[in-house]
Amino acid sequence: MSDPKTLSEKIWDAHVVHSEAGQPDLLYVDLHLVHEVTSAQAFEALRMAGRKVRRPDLTIATADHNVPTADRDKPWPDPLSIQQVDVLDANVGQFDLTYFGVNDVRQGIVHVIGPEQGLTQPGLTIVCGDSHTATHGALGALAIGIGTSEVEHVLATQTLPQARPKTMAVEVNGELAQGVVAKDVILSIIRTIGVSGGIGHVIEYRGDTIRSLSMEGRMTVCNMSIEGGARAGLVAPDDKTFAYLEGRPFAPKGQDWERALDYWRSLPTDDAAKFDKTVSLRAEDIEPSVTWGTTPAQSVNVTGHVPDPDSFADPGARELGWRSLRYMDLQPNTAIEDISLDRVFIGSCTNSRIEDLRSAASVVRGYKVSPKVSAMVVPGSGLVKAQAEAEGLDQIFLEAGFEWRDAGCSMCLGMNPDFLLAGERCASTSNRNFEGRQGPGGRTHLVSPQMAAAAAINGHFVDIRGWRRN
Amino acid sequence: MDPVTRIQGVALPLNRADVDTDQIIPAKYLKLVERTGFGRFLFDSWRKDESFVLNDPRYAGAQVLISGPNFGCGSSREHAPWALQDYGFRAVIAPSFADIFRNNCAKIGLLLVPLPQDEVDILLKRAEANPNTQVIVDLESQSVSVAGESWSLNFDVDPFVKHCLLNGLDDISLTLQHEADISAFEAQRPDFLPRTKVTA
Repeated sequence: MSDPKTLSEKIWDAHVVHSEAGQPDLLYVDLHLVHEVTSAQAFEALRMAGRKVRRPDLTIATADHNVPTADRDKPWPDPLSIQQVDVLDANVGQFDLTYFGVNDVRQGIVHVIGPEQGLTQPGLTIVCGDSHTATHGALGALAIGIGTSEVEHVLATQTLPQARPKTMAVEVNGELAQGVVAKDVILSIIRTIGVSGGIGHVIEYRGDTIRSLSMEGRMTVCNMSIEGGARAGLVAPDDKTFAYLEGRPFAPKGQDWERALDYWRSLPTDDAAKFDKTVSLRAEDIEPSVTWGTTPAQSVNVTGHVPDPDSFADPGARELGWRSLRYMDLQPNTAIEDISLDRVFIGSCTNSRIEDLRSAASVVRGYKVSPKVSAMVVPGSGLVKAQAEAEGLDQIFLEAGFEWRDAGCSMCLGMNPDFLLAGERCASTSNRNFEGRQGPGGRTHLVSPQMAAAAAINGHFVDIRGWRRN
Repeated sequence: MDPVTRIQGVALPLNRADVDTDQIIPAKYLKLVERTGFGRFLFDSWRKDESFVLNDPRYAGAQVLISGPNFGCGSSREHAPWALQDYGFRAVIAPSFADIFRNNCAKIGLLLVPLPQDEVDILLKRAEANPNTQVIVDLESQSVSVAGESWSLNFDVDPFVKHCLLNGLDDISLTLQHEADISAFEAQRPDFLPRTKVTA
């Protein structure tokens, strides 16, 4: 009998093409997701070297970071964005890749469309030139974010040399309180391990709390693995995973489905397997979370206060804390619920799936957005948008005064027409509250979709646990 | 990639933890479709502050950047190492580096030098006190020193990364030496695995 292994070790070992002492393993890549921002230079380098894309049938492209989310049929405001998407159009044509372009209803955020299409499956190795690739780990895939030179390497060889990562178990057990959701779980995890706690590790999220999350919730958790510094994050596949996948366009069918199921059921971590590191959280300790600073680890419970950095023991954390507060224009000991907002953004690869929109709509129904706030909802894909409209969610948001947009990365990262102006303060369901992330001088507070929706209506943060739904 | 062997130059002290790649180069500059020309946007927001160390003429031409832990965290954008290199940096010294950033730097020949916090602090203080301090990073001996002084600090580097950097190796060519292994692997992949194209 072979040695007990963790989920990620099983996937890793099944994909080693070549292994040699003193060198990184050469891993085979089952699925390569491509978008416009990190691919242009890779395709250009292929051309210069006279190389082809080795496996166009394992590669798929979409445009998401640059695309406007309104008035797409009109000329785009930024010629550089037009150029970058035009370059992708030309590259997918020249290299004969499957492409969900701007006018395809399947277009959307690359990490939303992989699972939605059933391309993301348990046991796969998946790479993308984007740090939030770990999202796909929610289905039990080993999904790694890479840079442009690595994108070029995968295009040319369908492999990637990678140092074998360490393993880390993050166990969450217990029942989440009403109103406490996946976003709060991952923000609490990052608060616990810190922004560099996962460096060099693949995190497996375990425990009955994680098992109880929907597939969308697991995607939210895995999505932010990089914010804890981890190489990847994943959840063992189970019946919920299989039910999510069955019948999706690229999921296996018939006999193949049965064979795939047999493989998928062999993947979960063996009982006797050991992790290099284990961290445990209790679901009962997790509350709705709000970031107050400029790293995703700087969060507190919504009923709490902005901390006083002078109370931090570590001098580095103290200095960083004060710098964050200066940037965020916040005073120590301010109640989180007293923080007023100018903007609310519901979207991004963290929280733009149908379940996110449903839960935000359930908060919004029958209320109006505060006159002080400008709020928008940006579905993660054209298909999420269509589904939401079929359910009437768009009308709930529109009647409340939200803008209802087309799919894209939108205001997560300030690369398209959606961005914060200097000094604006935003409750955002995205993943990064770095300085200037949503636009130069913009101030970001990360929250769950429900918390963002309630903040839009009140003009400041409120504890969703006391929310009266209409 | 040009070989990396020995770097000697002015060291710029950037004493901050968790410097993320959005600070190194903001997203609005990621729209260029070339690999060059990003240096002028390096630390774009922070540079708007006149007191920011990159604006200090005493550090002009710096080739070594010294910073805090978890350097290069966040976005996978290779534009961040491109911007550092295009600006003139050839090595970064810090207590730790984010994983994707580290891989990206290895691909383009930007040398990362991990040292314990107390040793980084020594170098930071030297560079802050005397901007003319010439820091030497020698990859072959895996050591950091200051020109004209006899002490040195040793750093770890992945042996394979070291080999590639010293010899300026293109790792796609290295991988393609295993073409037979790749083809053999492909031949045994189960056919229930997904394909992005429907073949007839």
